[in-house]
Amino acid sequence: MKFITRRLATYAFAAWIAITVNFFIPRFIPGNAAEAMMAKFPSLQPAALKAIEIEFGIGKQGSLFHQYTSYLVNIFHGNLGISTNFYPATVTSVLKQTLPWTLILVGTATVISFVLGTVLGILAAWRRGGKLDQLLPALTFLQAVPYFFLALIAVEIFAVHWHIFPIGQGFSLGFSPGWNWPFIQSAIYHSILPAITLIVTSMAGWMLQMRNVMITTIGEDYVLAAQAKGLSSRRVVWTYAARNAILPNIAGFAISLGFVVAGALVMEFVFSYPGVGYTLYNAVTSDDYPLMQGIFLVISMTVLVANLLADVVYLIADPRTRRGSES
Amino acid sequence: MSTSVIPITAVPPVGKSRRKFSSYPLKARIGAIIVGVFVLLAIFGPYLAPFDPSATKNTQAYPVGPNWTHLLGTTAIGGDVLSQMLVGIRATVFVGLTAGVIATFLSVLVGVSSGFLGGASDEGLSLLTNAVLVLPALPLLVVILGYLPQASNLVTAFVLSVLGWPWGARVIRAQTLSLRRRDFVAAARETGESTWRIIVSEIIPNEVSLIAASFVGTVLYAILTSVALTFLGLGDLSNWSLGSMLYWSQNGNAITLGAWWWYLPPGLAVAFLGMGLVLLNFGLDELGNPRLRDATGQHKIAGHVWRPADPTPVVRDSDLVKRGLFTRGFAALRQGVRPVRSSVAKGDDVETTIKGNADG
Repeated sequence: MKFITRRLATYAFAAWIAITVNFFIPRFIPGNAAEAMMAKFPSLQPAALKAIEIEFGIGKQGSLFHQYTSYLVNIFHGNLGISTNFYPATVTSVLKQTLPWTLILVGTATVISFVLGTVLGILAAWRRGGKLDQLLPALTFLQAVPYFFLALIAVEIFAVHWHIFPIGQGFSLGFSPGWNWPFIQSAIYHSILPAITLIVTSMAGWMLQMRNVMITTIGEDYVLAAQAKGLSSRRVVWTYAARNAILPNIAGFAISLGFVVAGALVMEFVFSYPGVGYTLYNAVTSDDYPLMQGIFLVISMTVLVANLLADVVYLIADPRTRRGSES
Repeated sequence: MSTSVIPITAVPPVGKSRRKFSSYPLKARIGAIIVGVFVLLAIFGPYLAPFDPSATKNTQAYPVGPNWTHLLGTTAIGGDVLSQMLVGIRATVFVGLTAGVIATFLSVLVGVSSGFLGGASDEGLSLLTNAVLVLPALPLLVVILGYLPQASNLVTAFVLSVLGWPWGARVIRAQTLSLRRRDFVAAARETGESTWRIIVSEIIPNEVSLIAASFVGTVLYAILTSVALTFLGLGDLSNWSLGSMLYWSQNGNAITLGAWWWYLPPGLAVAFLGMGLVLLNFGLDELGNPRLRDATGQHKIAGHVWRPADPTPVVRDSDLVKRGLFTRGFAALRQGVRPVRSSVAKGDDVETTIKGNADG
């Protein structure tokens, strides 16, 4: 339990940092959403600035402390303000539309690449110097290529040149999002290429880490002892060596969950995918500050919750943490 | 061939004598060469550039492929791609190294103090480290750079390092915790050395490989992230860098136009630089953990393929076993001394072969 309370304190602190950074950045930097709005609609009278500030709740009224507390109260009520770009839609409603796209696509891709990479890493370590192990240089290269570059080339080859997959977007024009089969079909079709690029690039990291830890674990005496007992290879690999070697990978998975919502940003940009990352990018380029802040807040909170869940999994996987020793 | 008693150590002998470059793991050597070439290009590249990278031709409306004047072709408005590369590598390497230096300094500062001081300061610093670690870095960078009206390379590097230190700090803290309990630290404390001196001359020298690995890792992260951010249009677009080249090529529809000479060179340059750093890091890993070393060289002993998990190998046709030498050689192998690549011939003295290799 000490482990969980410790982690909870960490996440609470991280959440506080995220919220506070979110609060202070716009106040340190000149210009605000109201001014961006004024610039966007030149027909507005200068007097309208005050009205817009009040409307968006971004004016600098009251002391800094007062602003900070009312900001906190607003967040806890799920009130993230109004998007200037999608006016009059609220930030919350914009997020409700975009979040599922990212969670489903990137979430699935992350889980697939984690499972595939880990299993392949185990096999590569066990059959050391084998065919799988000889793929390592290629994997090293994949790990070092900028993701967007690979994605761009994939788009060029598979979408522009061979017309196997669509160039981008989440679904074809003419479909309305909803729970109907033609739409889902179109959405799946559009998600295959982004998913493959995500899996291919992130799998390499899992595989390399798993292989390296596994090689160290295989050298341990208890693995040798298990073999000497005459246990089958399969049992030794999976329940003796891999069972222990997987722990760093699980811990890494927790951290990589941050990329489920975050790292997808570049992918969504390349594929013009209607998820959170692309929306954040659009918000940044069009100075939609309320939306930017709202998305960042939601991303941070999602990542923190996901990390907490991953901690629980780690707790189940590694009995040592349950005894309260520092991990 | 003399038979001397071999001191079996897991760590390669370190001393004043300089190790030969060829004795480092192959991966580390390849990585060091690639990174070295890029550093040289970063220093001298701008002087080698045949054209002004920003020069344009008004008459041109489409990218021209590689030819003898422009070895890597031109952009849509006539800029020389090779010159842009030679000039641009400097900015990319600069961002990577600057962020790497600042972030590594922060990791060492936080990691060592947290691990060595313990108690309340450890609790506080660990809390900070873990909290920054779970913050999603890329969106935060996007938001921060989105607010800044014009993000120069220095600002980008600074923001990257502020978010890039916690991973290294965690690893260094763990190592410091274990070093703190060792005898030589206790001895130093008994002789009345100050905390500051113990940290600087006892703890940190023992963490050099870890600090180096963390530095290389941070440089890689900084380069990949800064290139991605610049590609998104959030970095410094007024200067040439590999990221801004990719941004302008994307902006000029290089891919749709089929102008591969415009977007492939900067992308591949980043990939090679990244690969060099990854290899360098693997090499550093192998220095610290000999079990990871190249399988082809490691698992062949006395001509037998030795799988890491195989039970003690049995060599039937050799008198080595009778002399008890083979098992000792095996033990050396298990402890990480690298055996010779070629198989040991009958009658060869296993001990000297292994020793010679461990020193070399």
